[in-house]
Amino acid sequence: MRNIFAKELTAHATDNDRIVMLSGDIGNRLFDDFKKVAPNRFYNCGVAEANMIGMAAGMAMMGFHPVTYTITPFTTIRCLEQIRIDLCYHNLPVVIVGTGSGLSYAELGPTHHSCDDMGVLRILPNMTILSPCDPIEVKLALKAALEHDGPVYLRLGKKGEPALHREPPVFAIGKAITLRPGNDVCILGTGPVLAEALTAAKMLENECVSTRIESVHTVKPLDTALLGEIFNTFKLVVTLEEHSLIGGLGGGVAEWLADNSGYSGRLLRFGTADRFFEEIGTQEYAREVFGLTAEHIFAGIRNALQ
Amino acid sequence: MIDIDYQVLNQTAAELRGIVIETSCKAGVPHLGSCLSCIDILTALYWGTLDDMPSRIGRPDRDRFILSKGHAAPALFQVLARKGMFPLDMLDNLARYGENGTLFGEHPPAHGIPGVEAATGSLGHGLPIGIGMKLASRMRGYNNRVFVLMSDGECNEGSVWEAAMMAGAQKLERLVVVIDFNKWQATGRSEEVLALSPLADKWRAFGWSACEEDGHDIKALSERFCTVPDGSGKPIAIIAHTVKGKGVSFMEDDNNWHYRVPTQDEVISARRELGLI
Ligand SMILES: Cc1ncc(C[n+]2csc(CCOP(=O)(O)OP(=O)(O)O)c2C)c(N)n1
Repeated sequence: MRNIFAKELTAHATDNDRIVMLSGDIGNRLFDDFKKVAPNRFYNCGVAEANMIGMAAGMAMMGFHPVTYTITPFTTIRCLEQIRIDLCYHNLPVVIVGTGSGLSYAELGPTHHSCDDMGVLRILPNMTILSPCDPIEVKLALKAALEHDGPVYLRLGKKGEPALHREPPVFAIGKAITLRPGNDVCILGTGPVLAEALTAAKMLENECVSTRIESVHTVKPLDTALLGEIFNTFKLVVTLEEHSLIGGLGGGVAEWLADNSGYSGRLLRFGTADRFFEEIGTQEYAREVFGLTAEHIFAGIRNALQ
Repeated sequence: MIDIDYQVLNQTAAELRGIVIETSCKAGVPHLGSCLSCIDILTALYWGTLDDMPSRIGRPDRDRFILSKGHAAPALFQVLARKGMFPLDMLDNLARYGENGTLFGEHPPAHGIPGVEAATGSLGHGLPIGIGMKLASRMRGYNNRVFVLMSDGECNEGSVWEAAMMAGAQKLERLVVVIDFNKWQATGRSEEVLALSPLADKWRAFGWSACEEDGHDIKALSERFCTVPDGSGKPIAIIAHTVKGKGVSFMEDDNNWHYRVPTQDEVISARRELGLI
């Protein structure tokens, strides 16, 4: 994901001289091409993330469209008040890019995990949250973010995530994309963990359960038109994210459901538990521990349908 | 004062380097340059300064050490193991470094490993915590020392300088910051990223007693650590001039080793250079 992000950003920066890249002493070599194309619009801001966000605000006030980049917790929670006041309150066009989101950096320990980033940022007025599921969506989400006149948080995994879309879909902020049609159960997922949902759907198919999957790449604002349709149509609606059950996609859907009566569909949520992931291990291991693998999703849905 | 044979300590440091390099290869753990850069400092602290380990570990008035540059955890874990801080079964856990479910990862965790005083890994957290510990110690009437090891890139963080002013105002003369000044951060020369120098003068201007040392001279470091407090009535900043990747010619001052993991062959060459085979 981060490679396509760097490549696409470089392409945008070639045509759009409002784009400025701010990096928090991270991404060795990743931005070499960007630096060639726009040497005067790249700043290594060092290990000083709060300052980086404030700088981005100042540049945006002067007409630029800055993009900040570092490991997710450091470009989100580390500088939360700068995001809240400097970016959101002023409603400035700045793209905050977090790399290694969710449990992508499981091996690095809780300081580098981010299963709380969307929860924290979703409360902020004017904030838009984009959480693409594969490299194709990263490309489309970045383009949309750079066309958006306000703060956007772009939540990336690491590198090597598989393509989940067969061909480039139509992408609009706030409009989920159908990854797979189906009639019996609907999974609303966000981010690369949707790969697990696709596998679970195949397993369910073997049991004659037809699964629709939506990539909810925009976690804020939620696609409420879609939610209305889905909860009208399906008896079982599932949310899936590599993020806490509190405050993210599942949290948002649950809030919407509580506010909108009259739907008979049941909500089943998959996300990380309300605890730090202190066990050391790979991302796959972390997903296993939190019940976010295809097998767990399959079993959970099968149980709920019985 | 501890009676110290520095030749033995130099050998200890070489062995620590060897095992950290091996572990990096085996477990795929990065930040080797960052570990090698501070191994002599850790050796001077744990063998030359913080005496009576691990017997004092349960005592509230013990000296404290915080590895604020948490990405050097692989070095810290080996130091703690050699100091006998863990029971035997935890050493098995250390041997399984890099496997799913062990306690030992890329940064020091909050729970489970004796001798790790605070979880770090997000830079710029160690000094504020150290100040809190030292102020708490003062309120309780303890005469202990608190050591915080930071990296030069870490000094980019505003929280470091907020803390520096606090410690200066509180005249925390038993608080020591050691800066592993290897002139590199993750993606560039520290001097080019943010204007760091004159580093010692910065600390002085913030109310600290500052000095510069060779960060690979275990004897000089130990002797300096043992003159805390230094009579100035101020907190102490020791700027330790170091070489990132120190001890292995093909890693020294090459910042690729911030992320790179060595091959088997490289481990062998490195161990040979360290005089371990
Ligand atoms: C708050 C925060 N931002 C970013 C990082 C990612 N990161 C890890 S090490 C590092 C910089 C390393 O340089 P330096 O601090 O000088 O330590 P060295 O490895 O050279 O000893 C960065 C930016 C982090 N761990 N914490």
